[in-house]
Amino acid sequence: MSNPSQVTEFGKILLFLITGSVFVLIAFFTARLLSPRKPTPEKLLSYECGEEPTGSSWIQFNPRFYVIALVFLLFDVEMVFIFPWSTIYAQQPLLTAEPAWGWLCLTEMMIFVGILLLGLIYVWKKGDLEWVKPAPITPEVKTGIPPAAYDRLNQQTYQVRKFDAPVKELEHER
Amino acid sequence: MKLAIVIDGYYFLEKFGLITVIFALSLVVAMYSTLAERKIAGFLQDRVGPNRAGWGGMLQPLADGVKMFLKEEIIPAESSKFLFIVGPSLAILTACIGSAVIPWGDTIVLFGRTVDLQVTDINVGVLYIFGVVSLGVYGIMIGGWASNNKYSLMGAIRAASQNISYEIAMGLSIIALLMMTGSLSLRDITNQQHGFWHEGWFSWNFFSQPLGFLIFLVCAFAETNRTPFDLPECETELVGGYHTEYSSMKLGFYLFSEYINMFVSSAVMSTLYFGGYNYPGMDWVMEHAGPTWGPLVGVAALLGKIFFFIFFFMWVRWTVPRFRYDQLMNLGWKVLIPLAIANIVATGLWMTVKATYF
Repeated sequence: MSNPSQVTEFGKILLFLITGSVFVLIAFFTARLLSPRKPTPEKLLSYECGEEPTGSSWIQFNPRFYVIALVFLLFDVEMVFIFPWSTIYAQQPLLTAEPAWGWLCLTEMMIFVGILLLGLIYVWKKGDLEWVKPAPITPEVKTGIPPAAYDRLNQQTYQVRKFDAPVKELEHER
Repeated sequence: MKLAIVIDGYYFLEKFGLITVIFALSLVVAMYSTLAERKIAGFLQDRVGPNRAGWGGMLQPLADGVKMFLKEEIIPAESSKFLFIVGPSLAILTACIGSAVIPWGDTIVLFGRTVDLQVTDINVGVLYIFGVVSLGVYGIMIGGWASNNKYSLMGAIRAASQNISYEIAMGLSIIALLMMTGSLSLRDITNQQHGFWHEGWFSWNFFSQPLGFLIFLVCAFAETNRTPFDLPECETELVGGYHTEYSSMKLGFYLFSEYINMFVSSAVMSTLYFGGYNYPGMDWVMEHAGPTWGPLVGVAALLGKIFFFIFFFMWVRWTVPRFRYDQLMNLGWKVLIPLAIANIVATGLWMTVKATYF
């Protein structure tokens, strides 16, 4: 018998999960025993660069994240449908027995993925995938010096001059 | 009818032993990954790295661990206390349980018993990995939200939207792979890649799915929140990102879960694309080394591949700068997803044409 323990394969995952939980609990317990606890009101403040925090941070955030989550949900559900298809499609006996079956199977999935792609293109064109791109800022300073002077300075290449000090004499003096 | 329930006590012992070994292995690897990261960072930046604790810094991870335990635990007054503790626990738990379905080696004969070096061989192993990976975002999301800190919240939102964006591309790249293997069981997928050379082509999946592997690799970086995808915690903008408020062992859990995630995703990449415990000339070795040492060489081969990928993670960290947020989203939605779909179509066409005309 290959499985003499009456533990199903998912039961073993449960065993794994229990071991993991025990490990986490032990670590928390040890930390509790060892670590000091001297809370002060200042210590328990939320961090905000040393300033006193203003307001709660449980606020409404940008709805575009919500749109991303919705699109993700659609894609994920469609993917769940493709997973079983791909395992059946890969069966070599079926593919080689009747070539038409392979083509039919592939066309079906291409239509399915095509609808998925249409959705992606729609979201793309609608601009939901666009994120704010920071525009480069060129700093400008009002000075009397014309820009050409700066350009000339920038284009200048630095020349290394030959160093010809009397090295030996210096050493001698020391 | 009489039902005979036979419980093999040794079997339980064996499974618990295996589970313990795998947990210990992932923890030790994660611990030493922290040291390796600092050493490799030192090497790439032309400095020494930690070298004071122990021989050449070998005890540094232990010192760090002890420090984590001894630090004061601070739970901010404004935070949601229960969720504040749930966050890191969930993060490390989901990081750990991913390794349950990975086949660490072939069946091995130990002390006269045939032991399966895999905790469980469920027939939906790939889906399980996929599910655990998506659960991983909850740890970050809950922790970041519960802190009631602006930086943490931003980090959490970024993490959530980044992880779900790259999950799609990851799933689609796996689908292309499944169209060639036809099985969701990681054990089957590994056995199909037996040896190195099979019927005139490499048997490892990487050589038939190079594009899929590339997409998977990029997504693995994004899912583990490693540089260049470490926007959830980018120090320069968000202080510490989702773990700004955390201290003591809870912070340790977050940092640790990143390294365990790295270990598990390296293991998944090696198993799915690089043959798992298979290596060139394994039949010859199996014949000569026997049923105990032969599979152990395979385990060593798998660990070697895993360590290479962990090194690769670190190498990239010190080579590629962090993405900007719009670049990140563009790469995920406008490059990787269309590429992954193209990969599926190309794979399907190739499979069908091959079955029809060759």
